[in-house]
Amino acid sequence: MSAGSIATAAYTVASLLFILSLAGLSKHTSAKHGWTYGVAGMAIALAATIGLTVHDSPVRGTAVAFLVIAVLAGAAIGLWRARVVRMTGMPELIALLHSFVGLAAVLVGWASYLEVEQNGSGEAGGFTGSLLRIHHAEVFIGVFIGAVTFTGSIVANLKLSARIKSSPLMLPGKNMLNVGALVLFAVLTVVFVGHPSLWAIVTVTVLALALGWHLVVSIGGGDMPVVVSMLNSYSGWAAAASGFLLDNDLLIVTGALVGSSGAYLSYLMCTAMNRSFLSVISGGFGLEAPGGGEKEYGEHRETSVGETASMLADASTVVITPGYGMAVAQAQYPVAELVRTLRERGVDVRFAVHPVAGRLPGHMNVLLAEAKVPYDIVLEMDEINDDLATTDVVLVIGANDTVNPAAADDPTSPIAGMPVLRVWEAAHVVVFKRSMATGYAGVQNPLFFRDNTQMLFGDARTQVEHILHALASAGTTARTGREAELDPVP
Amino acid sequence: MLIAVPRESVAGETRVAATPVTVRQLVGLGYEVLVESGAGTSSAFTDEAYEEAGARLGTAAQVWAADVILKVNKPDEAEVQALRDGAVLIAMLSPALNPDLIAALAERPVTALAMDAVPRISRAQSMDVLSSMANIAGYRAVVESAHEFGRFFTGQVTAAGKVPPAKVLVAGAGVAGLAAIGAASSLGAIVRATDPRPEVADQVRSLGGEYLPVVVEEEAQASTDGYAKATSDRYDEAAAKLYAQQAADVDIIITTALVPGRPAPRLITAADVSAMRPGSVIVDMAAAQGGNVEGSIAGQRVVTANGVTILGYTDLAGRLPAQASQLYGTNVVNLIKLLTPSKDGQLVLDLDDVVQRSMTVVRAKDGVGEVLWPPPPVQVSARPGGSLQQAPAARPEPKPARPPMRAAARVASVLTAIAAFGLVDAFAPDPVPRHFTVLMLAIVIGYYVIGKVAHALHTPLMSVTNAVSGVIVVGALLQVGTDDRLIQILAGTAILLASINIFGGFAVTHRMLAMFTTDKPAAKPAKEA
Repeated sequence: MSAGSIATAAYTVASLLFILSLAGLSKHTSAKHGWTYGVAGMAIALAATIGLTVHDSPVRGTAVAFLVIAVLAGAAIGLWRARVVRMTGMPELIALLHSFVGLAAVLVGWASYLEVEQNGSGEAGGFTGSLLRIHHAEVFIGVFIGAVTFTGSIVANLKLSARIKSSPLMLPGKNMLNVGALVLFAVLTVVFVGHPSLWAIVTVTVLALALGWHLVVSIGGGDMPVVVSMLNSYSGWAAAASGFLLDNDLLIVTGALVGSSGAYLSYLMCTAMNRSFLSVISGGFGLEAPGGGEKEYGEHRETSVGETASMLADASTVVITPGYGMAVAQAQYPVAELVRTLRERGVDVRFAVHPVAGRLPGHMNVLLAEAKVPYDIVLEMDEINDDLATTDVVLVIGANDTVNPAAADDPTSPIAGMPVLRVWEAAHVVVFKRSMATGYAGVQNPLFFRDNTQMLFGDARTQVEHILHALASAGTTARTGREAELDPVP
Repeated sequence: MLIAVPRESVAGETRVAATPVTVRQLVGLGYEVLVESGAGTSSAFTDEAYEEAGARLGTAAQVWAADVILKVNKPDEAEVQALRDGAVLIAMLSPALNPDLIAALAERPVTALAMDAVPRISRAQSMDVLSSMANIAGYRAVVESAHEFGRFFTGQVTAAGKVPPAKVLVAGAGVAGLAAIGAASSLGAIVRATDPRPEVADQVRSLGGEYLPVVVEEEAQASTDGYAKATSDRYDEAAAKLYAQQAADVDIIITTALVPGRPAPRLITAADVSAMRPGSVIVDMAAAQGGNVEGSIAGQRVVTANGVTILGYTDLAGRLPAQASQLYGTNVVNLIKLLTPSKDGQLVLDLDDVVQRSMTVVRAKDGVGEVLWPPPPVQVSARPGGSLQQAPAARPEPKPARPPMRAAARVASVLTAIAAFGLVDAFAPDPVPRHFTVLMLAIVIGYYVIGKVAHALHTPLMSVTNAVSGVIVVGALLQVGTDDRLIQILAGTAILLASINIFGGFAVTHRMLAMFTTDKPAAKPAKEA
């Protein structure tokens, strides 16, 4: 039994644990077990690799020093970020973490290049003839995928944290730019395999960095959930490519697991949005800028906190459709409180979550879970859409495009055909909104001008808190003529 | 303005165009409402109830002199003459079938809106009387058939023996058909339904019915206007076979097949009827348009030689007068709301609005009546697929959905991909094929493992896979052991980044998972992982 065979055995065990981890994460009941499997798998992989490195290294002292410092510093930073991040900031954090994997893959590729190609340790490492050429290709591909992931994730992070504009950048001939970059990459790969040279690998790194930036910057904010999931997939492929490079099965297995599950997840989300999967992963390929044409929609009606509160108090079924606005306003806690209050009064309250609500798949579920909303009243679009027609009051909190009737009614709308929550079928709709500005897709929403829709302007969080207040004070006067108490004329 | 509701003059009509509830809404829109005394009697709405709702009572003469007349049926000649010049008449006018009436109205002149000409777009649904009447009629058709049928609808096992459930066939799954399917299945019958539009199958199932497709090799019917179209010969042949089969099996047939502007299609032949068991019942809801069933007579109950009862009632909706009046009245109120944009009791007709344009058959302007029938075609929004010819032609058309690959093509492309992969594998030197095997298996596992993920867990799953992809640290760890300082620095940095990822990813996932809770204690996941 050698150090190598122990490490191989440990890698097999770790791979199995990772598979169990992903499987566990697919269900609520086993999600926490899944997490444990993942941590265990990672611990085993780390321990085995560190053991192997220390055992084999010619420069044991410095290697251990580098290793310990790097792992401890990384652990400290990671745990600190994870502890302080707000649940609403989750998408940004995850995008940022993806970029780290991408950058790490680039560094690993470069290091391997220096080790094998530059230092000429190829023969010593057992790389001869065609194997060496394959190694050239692997370095090249690994660096490319890693660099695309890196800049792509950085741009996604910036878009999600609103530090750059979220609207898609429309460079002229952007599809040609993407295709051109890929062709150039193929040509460079061939050159590099023939004559591994520093300029080629530098060029490909720069090229891939630019491509990653361009891919994501030309995708609109509305598609960000898909992009984050897609970058997750890319980071997996980057790891898998490094596995080929280093002749390491654990990296290949894990990378492929992450890569294929991420790709499938993105595909599921694209189907939910009626978007073409290929068009999204290739950076808005073939998407056209939405046609202008302002239409007259008529007048919207405003309502007041008091009116909304009394409407809720009289309703027997209420559905809340949250959107990104709820996350921005941090309104999930007062909303959860509102749900509790209403349910205590015997009102049937449920949540309707659109598959792409928020900026991350399942974003709303996470926020609502954070506020301790029981997950069995949080329903998906398909589960609740048919019930909306029999609902008394729908509260639209910070959602816009996901409740836009134009998607169903208006074939000329840029979001035509996207499945939406049919909230307009309910008896009353109250829309919480900061102003009459358009949503992420930049499309006007005819919902706001419907006869059964009322707008409640202002910060969602404070407005919900005021409603809670009104409901509480109405509770004491409930048996004595609530209407008179509660209806300040708007 | 004064809105008036006359008593319906057609014999046997039980409905009325406004109920006390809708009168109150009309008053709320700022109108004065006058109701002919006794108008609601057949629908069980008393004059007192109307008065209480804010209406005045009046004589026929007073009513017909009003600004706006709300009616159910089309007016007769005398009534047309009784209208005030420039008045607005709202009723079911069937403009396509009554050109003389339209001409008479234009000559008066009055403005006339046909309630039965509402375009089938989502926005106009609240005014669609055809739908609301069809809904009632479908329900009533089941009630009438149950009345004639000498057995239970539901199956029972009793001390006196076993009773099989009744089998009901509903032909045509439009609004009326769907209402009939719902009513019959809630009575406990086994319900089957046919319709040339395959897209209604889900709607049929949702109401407890079983959809019987007519299997025929032809393009699926894609309806562009929301109504069923006439069918091809080969389709009809296959359908006839289906109906013959079903007639011999079922106890009750309810036919609802109508094609706008044409006589009703003949679905059930005399031979089919004679194949039915004695005591079976057929309700032909299309009897007024010529009938779907051979031998049905409009407005009549017919019993055939072999004891099958065929009901050709044409007043099915009117047999539920209070309900029909309420729904009709509400449809009318919704129209009036549309026509009263400022809610001030002033009726404003906007012919640029597609709904109002479609419904307006005659417009009186400056003492001249202008016939506006037929209106320009309107594309419905509920388009199940297929090509589009939309009104504003300048806009780009949405891309049609790409047809799914044929099964053979799909298998072929998968096989080609696998073969190409095998070829690459065969030529690669040693460790590479092994890596490819591992890679492929892992991809497949990743796909299957993730297949059933609950939507709510997308984010935790993603953050765990993110942490897991930090496994790239393994690569960096392997490199840090070399004696080249530059490589050590690169690898060390990679380790740092990947470690942030691993620890941060797992920690944040743990935070998230700890938050998922439920009300049901039974379904609670293990407290601490």
